[in-house]
This record gives sequence, structure tokens and C-alpha cells, in this order.
Amino acid sequence: MTSDLPTMTPVKHSHRVVENGNGAPWRALLRWESALVVVLIGALVFGSSESPNFLNPTNFFYIGMNMGEVAIMALPLTLVIMTGEIDLSVASMLGLSGTVMGYLFSNGWSIWLAMAAALVVGVLGGALNGVLVAKVGLPSIAVTIGTLALFRGIAEILLAPRTITGFPSSLTTIGVVPIPGTQIAYSAAIFLGLAVVAGIVLHATPLGRALVAIGLQPEAAQFSGIRVNRIKIWLFVLSGVVCAFAGILLTLKNASVSYDAGTGLELNVVAIVLFGGVSIFGGRGTVIGVVLAVAIVGALQQALTQMNVQPEVQNIVIGVLLLISVVIPNGGEAIRRIRDRARRHA
Amino acid sequence: MSVITAPAAAPTELPVSRLESLLRARELGIALAILLVFGLTTLNNHAFARVASIQQLLIGAALIALLGVGETLVIVTRNVDLSVGSIVGLSAYIVGDLFKYHHNMPVVLGFVVAIAVGAAIGAINGFVTTVARVPSLVVTLAMLYIVRGVDGLIVNGKTIDPGSIPKAFTAVGYRTLFGIPWLAIIVAVVVAAAGYAMRSFRSSRDLYGIGSNPDAAVLAGIPAGRRVFTAFLISGSLAGLAGALFLALHAQIDVSGGTGYELAVIAAVVVGGVAIFGGSGTVLGAALGAVLLNTINQALVASRISAFWNGAIAGGLLLAAIAFDRWLSLRVARSLQSAEGAHRDL
Repeated sequence: MTSDLPTMTPVKHSHRVVENGNGAPWRALLRWESALVVVLIGALVFGSSESPNFLNPTNFFYIGMNMGEVAIMALPLTLVIMTGEIDLSVASMLGLSGTVMGYLFSNGWSIWLAMAAALVVGVLGGALNGVLVAKVGLPSIAVTIGTLALFRGIAEILLAPRTITGFPSSLTTIGVVPIPGTQIAYSAAIFLGLAVVAGIVLHATPLGRALVAIGLQPEAAQFSGIRVNRIKIWLFVLSGVVCAFAGILLTLKNASVSYDAGTGLELNVVAIVLFGGVSIFGGRGTVIGVVLAVAIVGALQQALTQMNVQPEVQNIVIGVLLLISVVIPNGGEAIRRIRDRARRHA
Repeated sequence: MSVITAPAAAPTELPVSRLESLLRARELGIALAILLVFGLTTLNNHAFARVASIQQLLIGAALIALLGVGETLVIVTRNVDLSVGSIVGLSAYIVGDLFKYHHNMPVVLGFVVAIAVGAAIGAINGFVTTVARVPSLVVTLAMLYIVRGVDGLIVNGKTIDPGSIPKAFTAVGYRTLFGIPWLAIIVAVVVAAAGYAMRSFRSSRDLYGIGSNPDAAVLAGIPAGRRVFTAFLISGSLAGLAGALFLALHAQIDVSGGTGYELAVIAAVVVGGVAIFGGSGTVLGAALGAVLLNTINQALVASRISAFWNGAIAGGLLLAAIAFDRWLSLRVARSLQSAEGAHRDL
């Protein structure tokens, strides 16, 4: 994963090498992902200093269970942001999918058909986003704020003010018990599996290179034969269907669904992806960074919850981490700029 | 606007007037849409045109319209401020808490404190964005979490109830002058002042230049950093003012005040014709966008259509608005191109 980035950003890296002189062996340590590993270790140390049972396997099960859906939604969003677009409708799609599943199930559909229909809704919603962004040429941030309201609104029409329960317990138990013989939550295992796939696709296939190229320079990508629009449409479809899948998992975990499930989670998902080192402008980022960000946020939330810190106050930690994640990589440059300016004035 | 009209320096005068009329038509179009919704709803339910109902329309839109003014300043520079909802919550609670322990504090001081809180957070947003050159979406997303977290620390599970707030303060939320709610008058004054400034002041015109082409703006000698900082400062201050008005209107506040406002504001601003990637749009349009969305919400209630339809209709409207914008800009581009062609023929 380290090897494929320099070729895409030759200017930046040569610049850095010139400045550090002997930078090459150290560069791997200066990567954002390395910093994330340090932060993760810090989070685990902090957690176990606050509670002796923190490193207990059961705790990892809870972290996986709590983070599962957000983590799963972060993966397609990573790919979307890599291309310089954004999808803010993820949490609404999660809610709509669960709603469709609950609505159909309560109308006598079999649970499997209801889940399949929820996935189809994910495909359709993602396709709507993709077509509006790639074919009509609208800015994705505006489109997906619109579909954020639209998807949640449709869910509200379908289900409000009801709450659907009574899903088969054989399915709902998988949300709240670990995989037999382990302490891994099902959703966490699914996340890790999908992360491996996303990592391979992004970092080791022509398609992944294409995503990076689109994010760095969409027009150049277009002229070099990459089907930019088609790839973007499929990425939004992927985002839709994966979020729909996360919605099914959330519904099963809660054993109930109402139209407002997951409201407001979109910004959590975006925050995790950006904290993982993915550039909001596209073209830069790794799946391993996002996985580490998920682990850090999950561990910190678990630690703070065990310390009885209110959820609102826990926001400070996420916010500060996010701020640091963008300020530090830019900080050196900013200081240099200010120094230059001071010198010019002197 | 200025930047789109820049090519109008071409000898042919035709595109200028057509362009201007189109842009004017944008605010006119929203105003007509408001009247249309209002008229149709009144036909259906005469109570909708009662004074009390119209007052409710204005009060309901006031806070989002006020936040929309600041958001417009920021979005015009090709930035975004996601922290406004959290600022509303924090400033409202701080003022409420002050009143609780200093019941005889002058009402004006409540507003001053709220604006100061907002200005301080806006200054942080502007400082980090311009000095560290970090994307404002990430900075203000981080601040959304941090400010809400600080709010959580201060609130600590408590609620400020109406008994703690002086009558003179809550009066701002319900008093009227010649039948017009004070709240609406305050917001209208801000919109008018900002609208005048955005049209007439050189420094405000710079904002449009920065948003149209940041690099060109810097090369043209515009102090882009200072201007963007000021835009964030004003957005934060107005969000602080909105917090005071929120408290006056609701007469109580807990940790959730203003949650989710950020996306509602951006939706209103975009419906109001402000381009999400900067360079064009007016504060009047943004305020009208807020009024239109609120009028539709209340029209649904008055028409006895279930309020559950609100979200879906707001989302559909937002998508329609940005699609219309795209169509408009393509048309303008085409007409400018053909005008250039005609010029060459001469």
C-alpha cells in the first residue's frame, strides 16, 4: 500500500525528499497510518488504565457490535471520497432499507424477500445519486443532502409513527451474539471481510488505480481512457447497496425498526473516513487507515462509555482527532509559509 | 454574480441583460413559489391565511433564514460551515445558564454573550481554515463535534426551563410589532444589511471573486485569507445570535438544541440559488429558500396531508432546485458562447 502512492504524486514526494535529504527510510514512519497505529495503541493503553477489564475479549465484541454498521458504511464512502465525490445520504439509506424491510415484513412478506427488497432499494437509491452526479453533472454534496432528506422522508411516509418488531429470533440473535467460538461480532467480521476486498480493489487493481486517478485529476483520467462517469455511478450504487445491507444488520441487531433509525450517522461516517487519512479532495487515502480509524473511535467510545462519559461529551474526542488529522499534515507547511512571509516583511 | 457577468464586458450587451434577468428571476421565482404554495393551501384551508398562521410561517423560517445569511457568505467563497447547529445549541445554553444564575442580567447582555460565543467559534473555524489551509468541510465538521461536546460538558444532563429565563427575553420570541413578529423583523434587518453589503461593498464582492476562482482571486490581489476568515467570523456570530433567538423562542434548552440545523441550512441556501461550489448567490435568495421550505412544511400540515410527507418533499424540492440551477448555468454558458461567436463574426 505504501508503494503505489508516490507514483501518483511525484511532485509532492520529490519535494519532501529534497527537504529531508535522507528521508527515504523514515518516510514510512511518517505516514498517517503509522500515526494512527500509535493513536490506537494509546487508546488501548488509556482504556486499560481506566478499566482493568478493558482488554477483555468480551469488550472487543462490544466494540465490534457498536461500530459494525458505521464501519461497514465507511468502506464504500472511502471509495466515493477517493474519487473526489461525497455521499451524505448513507445514514438515510440505512434507515430506508431497514424501514422497507420492516414494512414488507409487517405486511406478511417472508423475511428473506423483505431483506432482498431492501437491498434492491439500496441499488435504486444509489443509482439515483449516481445518475444525478455523473450523468446530470450535479455536485454530489448537494445531491446527497437532497437524497438524505428524500430517503428519510420516504421512510417516514412508509412507517411513521410505527415501530416494527417481531423479526425471527434466529436472525436477530446474530446481531447480539458473537460468532460461535470467538468474541467477534458478525457485523465486525463482515466489516473486516469487506475491508479486505475494498483494500485489494483500491490498492491492487486497475480499477483502484482508476479511482485514485479520478480523484487526483478527473479530466486527465477521462482522457486516459478511464470511464469516469460509469465508475462514479457504480460507486454510488455500491454505496447504496452496502448501506442498505448495513440497515438490515442494524434492524436485526435492534430486533426492531422505526423510520428514524440511524438519523445523523452520516457525519459520523464521514468523520471516520476523513480521520482515516482519506483526503476530502480525493486521490489520497488507504483502506487500512479507515480500518484503524474505526478501531480507534470504537475503542475510545467504549473506554469513555465505561467511564460514564456522556455520548455528547465523547464528541469532543472525535472532533479533536479529526481536527488534528488534517491540521498536523498541513501544519509544517503553514508554519513555513508564515515564516516566509515574516522574512519577506523583514 | 460579478464573476459570471465578467464576460459581459464583451461588446454585445444582450447577454448581460438576459443573464441579470435570469438571476433576478431566481429570487422572484422563489417568491412566486412561496406565494403559489401559500395560495393553493389557502384555497384548501382558509385558516392558512389568518394572521396567526402567517406569523407562524415567518417565525418558523426565521432561525434557518438567519443561519442561511452566514452560510451564504461562507459558501460563496467555496467553503462550508457545518458547525452552525452546534453553535446554536452552545450559545443558547450558555445564555440560558447565565439567566438562571443572574436573573436580573440585562436582556441585551444575553444577546451580546450569545454573539460573542458564536464569534469565538467562527474565529477558530476561520483561523484553522485559512492559516493551516485545511478544507473547511473537515474543520467545521470537527467543530460540529467539539462544540457539541463542550455543550454536553456544560449542560451535564440538565435542562434550562422557562422559569429561569426573564420574561423580557422570551418576549423577543413571541412579541409582534404591527403584527410582524420581532423575530422576523430582526432577521429581516440582518438579511437587508447583509444583502446591501454583499451587493455594494468591495470587500463583499471579493467573496464572490474568491469563490469563482480562488487562485485568480489571490493573484488579483484580493486578501483571500482575511476575507474567508471574516466570512466564518460573521457566520459564527450570526449562529450565536440565532442561539439567543432559539432560547427566546423556545424558552427552554437542553443538550440537543440546534441538532441537525447545519444540513437544513445548507438545503435552504441551495434551494435559494446559492451555488454550492461558490461564486454566486444572494443572502435574500437564501432567506427566501428558508421561507419556502418552511411554508411547504406548514402547508402540508394545513392541508391535512400527513406531516410525514415533509422530508420527502423537502428532499425532492432540493434536488429539483439544484437540477434547475444546472440547467440555468448551462443555458447561460451557451448564450454567452453564442454571443462570443457572434462577436467574432463581426
